[in-house]
Amino acid sequence: MNAPDELKYSKDHEWVKVEGGSAVVGITDFAQQQLTDVVFVEMPEVGAAAEAGKPIAAVESVKAVSDVYAPVSGEIIEVNDALRDAPELINTDPYGEGWIFKLKMSDPSAAAALMNAEQYKEHAASESH
Amino acid sequence: MPNRTPLYEEHVKLNGTIVDFAGWELPVQYTRLIEEHEATRERAGLFDICHMGEFDVKGNNAFEFLQSVLSRDLSALKPGRCMYSTMLNERGGCVDDLFVYMKALDSFMLVVNAANIKKDFDWLEAAARGRGVSLADRSGDTAKLDLQGPQAAAIMRSLCSADLPSRFGFIAADVAGVETLVSRTGYTGEDGFELYCESSRAVALWRAIIEAGSPLGLLPCGLGARDTLRLEAAYSLYGHELSDDISPVEAGLRFAVSATKDYTGSDVIKKQLAKGAPRQSVAFALVERGVPRDGCEVVVSGSPAGRVTSGTFSPTLKKGIGLALLNSPAASIGDSVSVIIRNRPYAAEIVARPFIAYRGGSK
Repeated sequence: MNAPDELKYSKDHEWVKVEGGSAVVGITDFAQQQLTDVVFVEMPEVGAAAEAGKPIAAVESVKAVSDVYAPVSGEIIEVNDALRDAPELINTDPYGEGWIFKLKMSDPSAAAALMNAEQYKEHAASESH
Repeated sequence: MPNRTPLYEEHVKLNGTIVDFAGWELPVQYTRLIEEHEATRERAGLFDICHMGEFDVKGNNAFEFLQSVLSRDLSALKPGRCMYSTMLNERGGCVDDLFVYMKALDSFMLVVNAANIKKDFDWLEAAARGRGVSLADRSGDTAKLDLQGPQAAAIMRSLCSADLPSRFGFIAADVAGVETLVSRTGYTGEDGFELYCESSRAVALWRAIIEAGSPLGLLPCGLGARDTLRLEAAYSLYGHELSDDISPVEAGLRFAVSATKDYTGSDVIKKQLAKGAPRQSVAFALVERGVPRDGCEVVVSGSPAGRVTSGTFSPTLKKGIGLALLNSPAASIGDSVSVIIRNRPYAAEIVARPFIAYRGGSK
């Protein structure tokens, strides 16, 4: 499975790209494969408070809805408006155009506690059975 | 331990994502739900429906018996024709919805929902006591495969030399060497067939259809596509639009109830037909992007009016659609309503059913 080395990962299958004090968040390639065709993304409001481990967005496939959890706490500073009309970007480019939101981390060191790519691959493999 | 259909190994070979459905291990999808849905709308889809139940009802009094326990007037049935009906309790609620096949004047087959096989058989047995009819549950040794889509007839013609039946007709025929009951019916809103054979012959029939259909674009389809297809056609699903506590009049199935004959539940049904039912099933479509789901509350003119019974994202219409059971007087076609999804209201409009009209024609 595809999990870029430069990203951090949560057990709930979100990826985090740390950019100084902010973090860009999306769902992993493994997660989008499990969901299959994404048809709708419910995004948080800019300014909303994200609490680590709590649902902050939702990704819907035809068959099911899946919560997106905030991997770290902070304030939502940007959401990916392109997903409103093209939610399938989550399937086609989960680590790029398919990013979901950006937050200003309340504790910029918190991301260090997330999994690295190797750890995440093992975690995802254990869940795919 | 969940049940497996005779086609379980085929699903595993095809990489199907297996889920538990009503106690059966069945594929929810093989590749992508939307791809399977589109294959059925545009070409052909093949579905494993072996989990459904089949009962034989036989005897000189079988017709009168069925007239007394099924809500629809069966007088129009002839040998070789089948009909959709509901079977009601005394309160007018649905014990089940089913298809009744007239094989001969004294021989019928009922096709019932998988989750209701035991309940239905017990119900029928109790009702049949002293009525001079014989009942047999054939579910265990009967396989059912649904072949649906605009190419379904061409695929059948390549496997079966008999004249194909017209809509709601059925024949006994040799299909690729398998003795099959070929019924021109389905649950997708497309032309197609429901095929019944001995369980031991299911794999042979399945493989023959895939081989003949693949060049025409046929895909094996999972339960996911079955659900989106039936919902676009606004067909009821037991446990959602219908239950022991929902009448067929409430569910919008007036065509399936008789206003004249007497049958179990008919007192309640006749009252509802004359004076209106307490609730009414309506079809709605979201006017903003979103996906309504079973259980979401529907708000009409600022007040809670009922709940979504089935909802999905329509792969054909590319928007959220659903059926909802609302308190009467329910909203009318064209009315604006809200559907509450994860605590947020989404704008929706009441629309005509079905979402997608039957596209098969009558032949």
